[in-house]
Parts: sequence; structure tokens; C-alpha cells
Amino acid sequence: MKFKGYRRPDGKVGIRNYVLLLPTSICANHVASEIARTIQGCTVINNFHGCCQVGADAKLTFTTLVNAGANPNVGAVILVGLGCEGIQPPKVVQALEKNGKPVECVIIQEEGGSLKSIAKGCAIATRLARQLSLQPREEADISELILGIECGGSDTTSGLVANPACGVAADKLVALGGTSILSETTELIGAEHILARRAINGKVKNKLLQIVAECEARAKAMGEDIRGSQPTPGNIAGGLTTIEEKSLGCIKKAGSSPIQGVLNYAEMPTEKGLYIMDTPGQDIESMSGMVAGGAQVLIFTTGRGTPAGNPIAPVIKITANKKTYDKMRDNIDLDLSGVIDGNQTIKEAGQLIFDEIIQVANGKTTKAEQLGHNEFSIYRIGPTF
Amino acid sequence: MPTQAVVIDEKDNVATATTNLKQGSRVKIFLGSREIDLAVNADIPFGHKFAIREIGYHEHVIKYGEPMGRATQVIRAGDHVHVHNVESERCRGDWEDAKNEI
Repeated sequence: MKFKGYRRPDGKVGIRNYVLLLPTSICANHVASEIARTIQGCTVINNFHGCCQVGADAKLTFTTLVNAGANPNVGAVILVGLGCEGIQPPKVVQALEKNGKPVECVIIQEEGGSLKSIAKGCAIATRLARQLSLQPREEADISELILGIECGGSDTTSGLVANPACGVAADKLVALGGTSILSETTELIGAEHILARRAINGKVKNKLLQIVAECEARAKAMGEDIRGSQPTPGNIAGGLTTIEEKSLGCIKKAGSSPIQGVLNYAEMPTEKGLYIMDTPGQDIESMSGMVAGGAQVLIFTTGRGTPAGNPIAPVIKITANKKTYDKMRDNIDLDLSGVIDGNQTIKEAGQLIFDEIIQVANGKTTKAEQLGHNEFSIYRIGPTF
Repeated sequence: MPTQAVVIDEKDNVATATTNLKQGSRVKIFLGSREIDLAVNADIPFGHKFAIREIGYHEHVIKYGEPMGRATQVIRAGDHVHVHNVESERCRGDWEDAKNEI
């Protein structure tokens, strides 16, 4: 099966063709956003970190920024730095240049302030965006697709219908040689034994069990019952009682394929097939990690409804809760409540999702894209100093 | 699933309401191919769970064929099953604290 996308110098295929404004630290966010807002064809990620971070935490921010720039939906990158931050712009440029895409840099302290930086960045962005606009879509095999699978604002319809239907679509993509990523380690707690049985070898199984045990240990270290945070008050109002119940429903969205490997946050898969990525259950941080991991498209199942999008990858929003669909129609792409009503099967709903993925890969916009939702948040694993 | 409630796995001891159920109303549910019929003891909102058989104190609540927590009191068939009578057995930092105090 084929789709039409943008072939990048490293051989990967994007389904969008953005100039990405990449702020190396929180101090550069405003300038980066202004450039992206002014020049068509640009997108921007928020980076609320990038300075006064230490060790593995600093490394995680660095990796996430570099890998977000490497996402095939990005055709060119403009780095915006303040100049004195911990994550030094020249090092990010150096890492990004390995992908063969155009990478340019604007340093606010060197340019002499916000206005000059915005002006310079806009000039660069115009040139790069026009250059990218010349690139036609070309045919690519569906095995080039990496699907990120997210759920958020869940209720019991998520585990009952939306997630299993999403699992049908994810299995189909994997069967056709593609890749899918299941994330949100918190939401594997209580269901990890089921996934562990599907690991391709003992090493993958052990890493899977290890990330879940570590996540649970971090939660326990807070000295509280996790309830109220996981499940959230909205999950509970929607009928979800415990983290175990939420997890058992969550894992359905990855289907039934064997688990090829376990990725660290923002790490890229090296093979095809189904992967687990170690991310928090917070939707935006989770999706940001999968997009840095190379996902060109995201499926987002919801019960309560959520507007979340992503600045680099289109997010396809799905619900099986009719009331939510009717209330939040401007945010939700697919209504699967027909399964609850008995007018549709899970398999049919899964095919609808799969067809939507292909259409969006070919250029159909999602509602989150139309509305300009571009939430991005990098996971933190250490304090700020 | 054109029914009022669904049981996902035959091992489950709870059903999920697929419509708002009124206290005292009788509900038909398929357990695999077997049909059971029971009355709910409380209003069960859409998406919420009720017991389809008695669940003893600290017995597992089973959904998707897997344990999803334990009962904090005896739950009768037809009772609303939620945070008031079920607790998680995972991520219990509060249990760790209790252990430390002993």
C-alpha cells in the first residue's frame, strides 16, 4: 500500500513539509513563535527548558530537540537561541546537520535583541519555506509510516470501543510493514503482564517490566495513593475506577502485534513493528516524545474530549462517546459511537481509523491542525537548578 | 452492542452500562452467548460498572478478564462498582508510608 509524502535527504518520508522553528531554551520561545506566526509554512515547538538542567535531564531535552528536528515532517530547521543557555545552539546545529536538511540559526544575543532576531528569522523562514514549497509529494510505501498512539481524557468508552478499534488500525499498519508506538508507561501499570507476553524476546520483556516497575516506584515515592492523579477526576467521572482498569483499556489501542522493542523517551525505532516508548501519561509530553521518536501521524482516542494537537505531526482525534462527539465536534475527527449503538463493529471502526490515517498521510488536514492546536512539552526527569 | 450493558470477558464479575440505568431496572446482559438478567441496585450512569455477581471483601474485581483492583466491602450483584467500593492495588504510596510507620 502506498501514500504520497515528502522524501527527505536521509531517506525518511514526511507527510507534512514544515520549516520548524526550534528554540534551544525558554528564553528563545517568543522570538521563535513570532517568526513562525509571521511566515506561512512554519511551525514551532515550545521549549520551556534548555537551561540550568543537569545530567540525564539536560541530555533528554537535547535529544528531544534534535530528534524533533529530525522528524520527517520537518523539511528545514531554524534554530533560535538566546546564546548563553545550557543547551548550546552550535551543538544542536551540529547534531541536526547529520540529517542533511537545511539548518540555520538565529542567536538573539548576537543579533542584538528580539526585533532584529525576528526580522532575520523571518527572512530565513521565507527563503526556506519557498524552497520547501517546490518539493512535490512522491509515492512512498506505507511501511515508511510511524504511527504514534495516544489516549487522553479517557472514559470507559475508550477501553470498550475507541482503543480496540485503534488497535485494529495499528495491527493493520504493522501487518503492512509499518511501525506503531504505544506510550504512557503510567498507563501500563496493571496491564504490563499482558504486554510482556507479547515481547519478541527476554530482553524486550525485561525492559518493559523494568520501565513499569520504575514508574510505579516513582509514584510510590510520593507517599500517596495515585488515585486522583491516575485515574484523573475526569476519568473517574467517566466510570474508570483504578489505574489498573485504565491501563487494561489503554493497551488495547496498540492491538495485538508482537512488541519489537522498548524505546526511551524521544528515541527513534530502529526496526519496523510495534514499539513501547517510556513516557509519562500526560498527553502532551507523551505525544511530544513519540513525535521526536519519528512519528509522522498520531491517533488520539478520547472519551471526555480533548483539543490537543501537535506542531509537527497531525493528530487524529477519535471518540466512541456520542455525547462528547456532539459537544466537541470541532475538535474530534471520528465518531465511533456506532459501535456502542450496535450499528458498527470494532473491526469496521478500525478500518475507518486506518482509512483516515492514509488520507491524513496524503495531506487531509485534521481538526486539530485546522484549529492551530500545536501543544508541545518536553518531559523533565530532574529539577531545575 | 445494542444492549444496555456489556460484559467484556466471560471471567468478568462486572458489566459496563452502555446507557443510563435507573435504580431497580432490570438489565439483560450477554455473558458470551449466555443471557443473564438482573436488577441494578442504584442508578448506573453511562460508562459506569455494576457487579453481575457477589464480590467478597478484598476479592478481585475482574474486567477485561483481568484484576482491576479489589473490593473494599462486600459488593452484591447489581451494585454500582466504583471508587466507593473498589481500590487500586498499584502505586499505593500510602501503603508504603503505613509500612514505614510500623
